[in-house]
Amino acid sequence: MKLSLGDRIFDTTNIIVLGMIAIITLYPLYYVFVVSFTDPAEYIQKQGFILFPENWTLASYKYLLSTSAFKNATMVSVFLATVGTALSLVVTAAMAYGLSRKRLQGRRIIMLMILITLLFSPGLIPPYLLVRDLGLINSIWSLIIPVLTSGWYVILMKSFFDSIPVELEESAVIDGSTDIGVFFRIVLPLSLPALAAFGLFYAVAYWNTFFHAVLYINDHAKWPLQLVLRNMLIDSSTQAGGSAAAEMMSEQNIPAETLKMAAVVIATLPILCVYPFLQKHFAKGVMLGSVKG
Amino acid sequence: MAAQSEIRLRNGNLVKTAQNSRWKSVLHGLRRDKFLYLLIAPGVLFFLIFKYVPMWGIVIAFQDYSPYMGVMESPWVGFEHFARFFSNQDFFLLFRNTMAISLLNLIFFFPLPIVLSLLLNELRSEVYKKWIQSIVYLPHFLSWVIIAGITFLLLSQSKGIVNQALVSLGYPKYDFLTNENNFWMLLTIQNSWKEAGWGTIIFLAAIAGVDPQLYEAAKMDGASRLRQAWHVTLPAIRSVIVVLFILRLGHIMDVGFEQVFLMMNGAVSNVADVFETYVYRLGIQQGQFSFSTAVGLFKSAVGFILVIGANKLAKKLGEEGVY
Repeated sequence: MKLSLGDRIFDTTNIIVLGMIAIITLYPLYYVFVVSFTDPAEYIQKQGFILFPENWTLASYKYLLSTSAFKNATMVSVFLATVGTALSLVVTAAMAYGLSRKRLQGRRIIMLMILITLLFSPGLIPPYLLVRDLGLINSIWSLIIPVLTSGWYVILMKSFFDSIPVELEESAVIDGSTDIGVFFRIVLPLSLPALAAFGLFYAVAYWNTFFHAVLYINDHAKWPLQLVLRNMLIDSSTQAGGSAAAEMMSEQNIPAETLKMAAVVIATLPILCVYPFLQKHFAKGVMLGSVKG
Repeated sequence: MAAQSEIRLRNGNLVKTAQNSRWKSVLHGLRRDKFLYLLIAPGVLFFLIFKYVPMWGIVIAFQDYSPYMGVMESPWVGFEHFARFFSNQDFFLLFRNTMAISLLNLIFFFPLPIVLSLLLNELRSEVYKKWIQSIVYLPHFLSWVIIAGITFLLLSQSKGIVNQALVSLGYPKYDFLTNENNFWMLLTIQNSWKEAGWGTIIFLAAIAGVDPQLYEAAKMDGASRLRQAWHVTLPAIRSVIVVLFILRLGHIMDVGFEQVFLMMNGAVSNVADVFETYVYRLGIQQGQFSFSTAVGLFKSAVGFILVIGANKLAKKLGEEGVY
């Protein structure tokens, strides 16, 4: 098909506009990434105007990773993202599978119970008092157990299980398989794309855990990465409370800015690493139960 | 009992039950269901403890709750906390800020994913489209701490690259971060940067469902690409747009705690304080549990009515709605 002049102008403009949107999206991340590797002297000399550093250095990273606060926080976050995600996926999938069995008595009541929690939230204080009364304050489990599963994900996963052809399961039952067997040998293998999508969402949520840590973890040694990051990043001149980075800097020659950027890169890295592998699944995951099912 | 087992038979697995006697199959079904109950038990327990116990905890909004006396012993005060809140100057400020932030998002952020989807849909190169999509989805996965941090690094008055650039171009520095005048817009821009790409997923799916024959027909009539987007694509996804807009209205009281909490500072607290940050400050930091629970309950109740109303409206417009 021959393209008209108008079509070609439209195409070119479109390509350029979308390219610019992509640059606007990526540039802040690129800048942070590049500066974190820039030689401190070069950073000061160029006043931050760096498109591509002349002298690459790992100084900021070496210093950051030599601090116990940063290392501890990374360990906490890795624990949350692995153990938390695994537990959440198991609980969510098991519940969704149980609820997708139509013969299960009481399933409507349980679905209604989940639905109500999606519509009405008791706010901030009652859950806080509950976690406190359970003695979970300052425990890392306070960041996992109160968010173990999500009503949305249970419902979405249930609708995914519903979409698996019944014939497959019936034939397995005729062959003498139990419900548990059907779950593990038929339903779960068929659900790998959904599990990957929800796994990614859970993992990102745990990795990004911030607010619950602000609420429940007072002990700095147990802070997850996002809290340490907040203390480093949010400028002490505009935010009440001191900037940890500024304190760290006093005896070092590394500018606070490059150190902060290195911290951002470290905190972003795990997401960037899993992103390409799971990307093809998550759009499907989002669409599972949204507006048009 | 007999009636029950018959219902069970109709709903149950016919292949199995036909082979066994009725009672045996009922017992068999019960035994098998035990496994299912075991599977859903952790989830059910979770919802009971972490979603329903706090709902009961709401009663402290009507008490003068004291941690030493607990929910059972604390004295009842009725609607005193609510009355205090509504007669307070804070109420007006919180309401204004919440509405302003939500409405700015509705006006400036909401259309972005739609425009972006229309543009993406018109790309001829699948490879280029995939690349752009991968890039614009990415910020959704970054935490608000990282996004607020990057904002501070770029915009800070002393070291931020944007202000450095302004100075070297001969302009004065601008205080992006501690300025009441641009705080709401700053939040809107951040939100757009983070979520606009992610928001395209649902619109692109809707666009994918448009009948290709409509485009053929439009082409026959001599419609340019721009006109096809305007007269075919946009009307075809109109119902999705309307439904999402209505549902967004239902969440107008929710502005997102973390973003505001992180971007807030002393200089902008007048325009930044929203219900969630207020509840945090008075409840968690100052220990006024009952009063802040009352504030939270007010917000939840209004939110509940809005969401139910929005969903009803969406259904009335011939869509499935969500709940």
